Amino acid sequence: MEPTNVENPDYYHKVVDCQWACPAHTNVPGYIRLIAQERYDDAYMLNWESNVFPGILGRTCDRPCEPACRRVRVEEKPVAICRLKRVAADLRGDVTPRFPDIPKQKNGKRIACVGAGPASLTVARDLMPLGYEVTIFEKNDRPGGLMWTNIPQFRLPPEVLWEEIDYILDMGVDIRYNAPVESMKWLLEQDFDAVFVGSGAPRGKELRLPGRYDTDHIYIGIDWLESVAFGHTNAIEENVLVIGVGNTAMDCCRTSKRIGGTNVKVMARKSKPYFKASPWELEDAEEELVDIVENHSPTEFVVEDGVLKGMNFDIVEWHENDEGRLVSTKLDEAFFPAEAVILAIGQETAFPWIEDNAGIEFNKWREAVVDRTTFMSTREGVFFGGDAAWGPENIIWAAEHGHQAAISIHSYCRGEDLRKRPPEHMNLVSAKMGLHEWSYSNDYEYAARRKMRHVRLEERLQSIETEVEEGFDIEQTLTEVERCLNCDIQTHFTGSLCIECDACIDICPLSCLTITHNGAEADLRTRLTAPAENEEQDIYVSEPLPQTTRVMVKDEDLCIHCGLCAERCPTAAWDMRTFDLLKPYAGQDADHPYSGMGIEEMSPGGFVSVTP
Amino acid sequence: MTYIAKPRVFHPSLEKNELGLTRRDYEGVMSTLCAGCGHDSVTAALIEAAWELAIPTHRAAKMSGIGCSSKTTAYFMSESHGFNSVHGRMPSVASGANAANRDLVYIGVSGDGDSLSIGLGQLCHAVRRNLNLLYIIENNGVYGLTKGQFSASADMGSKSKRGVPNEQPPIDPALLGLSIGATFVARGFSGDKDQLVPIIKAGIRHPGLALVDVISPCVTFNDHVGSTKSYAYTREHFREAVEAAFVAPKDFVPPADEITADIASAEVRDVRMHDGSVIRFRQVEGDYDATDRDAVYGYLRERQNAGEVPTGLLYVDPESRDLHDVLGTVDRPLWDLPFEELCPGSEALDALMENYR
Repeated sequence: MEPTNVENPDYYHKVVDCQWACPAHTNVPGYIRLIAQERYDDAYMLNWESNVFPGILGRTCDRPCEPACRRVRVEEKPVAICRLKRVAADLRGDVTPRFPDIPKQKNGKRIACVGAGPASLTVARDLMPLGYEVTIFEKNDRPGGLMWTNIPQFRLPPEVLWEEIDYILDMGVDIRYNAPVESMKWLLEQDFDAVFVGSGAPRGKELRLPGRYDTDHIYIGIDWLESVAFGHTNAIEENVLVIGVGNTAMDCCRTSKRIGGTNVKVMARKSKPYFKASPWELEDAEEELVDIVENHSPTEFVVEDGVLKGMNFDIVEWHENDEGRLVSTKLDEAFFPAEAVILAIGQETAFPWIEDNAGIEFNKWREAVVDRTTFMSTREGVFFGGDAAWGPENIIWAAEHGHQAAISIHSYCRGEDLRKRPPEHMNLVSAKMGLHEWSYSNDYEYAARRKMRHVRLEERLQSIETEVEEGFDIEQTLTEVERCLNCDIQTHFTGSLCIECDACIDICPLSCLTITHNGAEADLRTRLTAPAENEEQDIYVSEPLPQTTRVMVKDEDLCIHCGLCAERCPTAAWDMRTFDLLKPYAGQDADHPYSGMGIEEMSPGGFVSVTP
Repeated sequence: MTYIAKPRVFHPSLEKNELGLTRRDYEGVMSTLCAGCGHDSVTAALIEAAWELAIPTHRAAKMSGIGCSSKTTAYFMSESHGFNSVHGRMPSVASGANAANRDLVYIGVSGDGDSLSIGLGQLCHAVRRNLNLLYIIENNGVYGLTKGQFSASADMGSKSKRGVPNEQPPIDPALLGLSIGATFVARGFSGDKDQLVPIIKAGIRHPGLALVDVISPCVTFNDHVGSTKSYAYTREHFREAVEAAFVAPKDFVPPADEITADIASAEVRDVRMHDGSVIRFRQVEGDYDATDRDAVYGYLRERQNAGEVPTGLLYVDPESRDLHDVLGTVDRPLWDLPFEELCPGSEALDALMENYR
């Protein structure tokens, strides 16, 4: 193999599995260390910079980071990253003085955003400090998009939502409520330099089965949740069937339990391993005594004299056919009584307000054709992001779309090439503080993942406004932060210093290191101290070593970043270095990506130093 | 010094030996030696060898004297017995332990100071006794604990860290061992575990004293240019005389199969030991015979005169008889004999004395 190029920021970035998996590439280990130091404001700002809504996401994120967490390779459960994010948000003080200054002198460019959801809000946050005038058109009487309409209050208290949205609106965003955009052509005629469509995926999917339109007790999940959020709906019948087993279904069944549903069943066509809902949301629903019934495929709504009686299902089993596709075999039929049915089987984008001749191409599913890099549609100056771009994702993806669209809009308004994306950079600073002291806690914490405390069942089902999760207390927090393996503190190797004493190989608890003769990657992977079988994880190969021309090989897969290789290295060929991804945002010079964010730079050890 | 303990988390593919133990089960406490010390690599080789041989950790005793080397017995096999003795007196303490309990595996770890200076007489007589003991000398040519003065194994002309050459001739433990009847003589290098681990395995199984001289660089006081015991010097002048592999009785396969399966040109010679195990020598030097004491002595002299560091399992006596064998002691360990059998009492003694009147 060629020597690994660690100067490419991607190499070390990939080692930080959580950050790599996060769509917004939040510096997870960095903010966890700040929490450990009780620097909650810094931890919050480090989050805010990349994911814009730390308090909201700390409660509602889909957490792509957690399944990726390195800890699951040596232990059962990942670090409770999302919980810790909430800790930073809960314990922060007033961070408003640290927000970027908004220029009084505007740059003369006006941007329209459609919908006040997380994507548009992110665009506004990134562009306002650059002097743009941003106008958001919102159809409802308040902002937030699906964060407000679809996430029940018992998961996300409104005050948390409004506070973080206000941080952005208070930058001077011109937000127009009750102002649905009814014509793209109209919008394009207004005096805007660019348009961003962040209107989400607001249409719930239909289930066209016999009896569907014979009753008014069949609800579309996202519409029903919205109606509950606005207070238009405050009750449901006792026997409720929720069709679908995604996260919306979980919100529907749990909401039902709080406003009258006593016998609430979630009906899933497939079996548990194929459920779309996050495991923790499934757990929470089951804890609230929701029945989750698997392998039931709906066939008919049973309606008698305009009154919904229940639904018929086929009981099925699933197996893979020769092409590897899941197919079902019907075993039996079953009837489930119900007075209300909620359909939560997916949602899609809807653009009835975009005219066919507005210059925006659509594909055969009536989804806008959007460039994956530039986020621009086929009409110049019209950008898409969030669920509106490629269908339903989640808040953290919407935030990242917002960042990327903002970069494009900034380039577009300056007449620059949209395809020339600002490059990512990195800082790599030694974490060495003393002979065998590091700027992070490298002793392994054996504690299991801390369990979230919940409000008692009887109490929480009383009101839709009672937040279920109580957040981590200080003891839980201090333990959980130590569970983080600090994957951003990289093992950095300088081959020219190595004397091949084997000390690092002998000490490595996870058998990650080998000095051997070089070879092709497939061959090398089999010849290591422990075979490197996880192909998704890179192996590092050094330049030829001075004494024998063999190479140092490190399998990144199981490294727990304990730093013992560096501690036992006599020549400092191994060093622990804090990796800091410098991710560019709109208008930020790549060399000073934190300018204006209240965080000047990451100093050695990942400490955030604050601008005076 | 490293302050944290080596985390007890494991690679999922970590293998188990026939006792169900992993390599990690053969570890000891965290080393307090300098980072990069050759001794830590010897420790790792010992761990590997003991794991591969599936030695029950409670059936082994680690013996040592004083010095950096002698600290290392704390760094492997935590569950084993151990005795950290007076400077240079490890062989005597090991002799006593071995006399009392012949059933344990004895692993002695010493250094060039402990064995070639203060304990030289002890070493020689342990060799002559052919105590059933693996005797490792972690040889770095300096007194590391007292800041790097030349030891008795320092080569003529080797330079100290200050640049002053050594002007006294060295004691070579391998040549010494050969000259006083050692039945197993080997030399390894801490930086080459592929060679060292099989030597240690064979040495542990050898019925008698297995003298293993390991060049184990002192990274702090003797790893500079001009030193003849540095990593770089040893690698440059390293010469493998013969390649040896230890084959446990159960794994023994007649060598004919091996020759066709492996490198056809390499000559393989098996030396069968009393317990049925085999040391399989693969020739590196044309006609090297690891059972010919005089030839090995001559070879070592010749290569050393040529400035090389000859290594390998240099000599083995297949007819080796250890101390208990020579003395004809009972098979049962002495500690396990009932007091009445061990000490028949004054009446029996009187009766014996009567015979001589």
